[in-house]
Amino acid sequence: MSDILALIVAKYNFWLYIILMMIGLYAMIAKNNLMKKLVGMNIFQTAIILFYVSIGYKHGATLPIIQGGHGGHSAHDVVIHAADYINPLPHVLMLTAIVVSVATFGVAMALCVRIYQRYQTLEEDELRMRVSERITHE
Amino acid sequence: MKFIGFVIVCLTGGLLLYGTVDLPDWGDPASPASTHLSDYYIEHIVEQTQVPNLVTAVLADYRGYDTMFETAVVFCAGLACFLLLRDFRPKKDRYFRHVPTGVMLHFKNPDTRLVAGNEFEHMDKDWVPSDMIIKTVCRILIPFIQIYALYVVAHGDFSPGGGFQGGVIFGSSLILMAISYNLKTLVKRVTEKFLSIFAALGVLIYVGLGFLAMIMGGHFLDYGMLAPLLPSDPGHIRALGMLGVEIGVGIAVMAVMVIIYMNIVSEGRHDEGL
Repeated sequence: MSDILALIVAKYNFWLYIILMMIGLYAMIAKNNLMKKLVGMNIFQTAIILFYVSIGYKHGATLPIIQGGHGGHSAHDVVIHAADYINPLPHVLMLTAIVVSVATFGVAMALCVRIYQRYQTLEEDELRMRVSERITHE
Repeated sequence: MKFIGFVIVCLTGGLLLYGTVDLPDWGDPASPASTHLSDYYIEHIVEQTQVPNLVTAVLADYRGYDTMFETAVVFCAGLACFLLLRDFRPKKDRYFRHVPTGVMLHFKNPDTRLVAGNEFEHMDKDWVPSDMIIKTVCRILIPFIQIYALYVVAHGDFSPGGGFQGGVIFGSSLILMAISYNLKTLVKRVTEKFLSIFAALGVLIYVGLGFLAMIMGGHFLDYGMLAPLLPSDPGHIRALGMLGVEIGVGIAVMAVMVIIYMNIVSEGRHDEGL
């Protein structure tokens, strides 16, 4: 028991993101309303983003902006240790991922608006009913 | 369905939790992600590019292709919203108000035209006028938000910030205007044509800088080759190239955010809505 507890304490960040991801995945699978599915998708994306950002963290390191690097000429005199700055790469990847997630969310909302205009509902079961009604009419 | 979903989610979560056993500890400086490429970036970026903000340097220079196509994705999202939702047909029921007297007119025929100068004002049926406090506060805040957005773009090389962040802040200031007044106020000031041109212009600036570097004899997006164009400051040419690219990204993101918002809230009609 104490082994598992020690494991959780050492890696509690990953446990939190996985729980958050499970919430998002459950909403995407089990919810009936399309808007709620989209909210689930956003929670899922947030979990992935947090996961990446936490990978970049180092103990005792600061933001990936070089101190004393603003002077231009003096920049060469400063000795830069990689252990003093957190990993910039996950931040770059997630920066673009956030913007793309906003853009995809916008497109998904536009699709939802179109579906609502045509079928007057966003509930999945009603939607399926109305689609089959429409097919039998034609 | 709910039960099956729950089982699937628990299974996936359990597998992932089991997988965390092999992952490095939280904040471990010797973890695989923080040893190989990241060290090279941290130690060499300042001498290679003169940009202290490593995130911006990696984003706009080392991973320039990635960011370029990311901007293209954002542009395509705006285009998709426009194509899915934009509706040019006039509404059947229209309401007009005679401004001096406040008399309301209800037009049921979409073909009727009103040619009485500026005395008549198009009305939204469901729209409720915003509170005076909200309007005043937003009117005071919006210019400051916009200046902050420009600062975030311009200082992206030196402090936290960059094109994506600044563009989103600028776009949100325009969206705040639409929320606090109404959508027509925004459309009157920032027309759809303007936004479409700016969304395309942002991507064009990015790709254009890449081709300019090619014309000057380097590789695509090799900003160091732009030095002859700016002879006064050859040492910072990579930083300036990144700034140009970030301006393009900021313009594209700003325009696309507003396009998405305008199309969604008004169902593509750009007249009524939030």
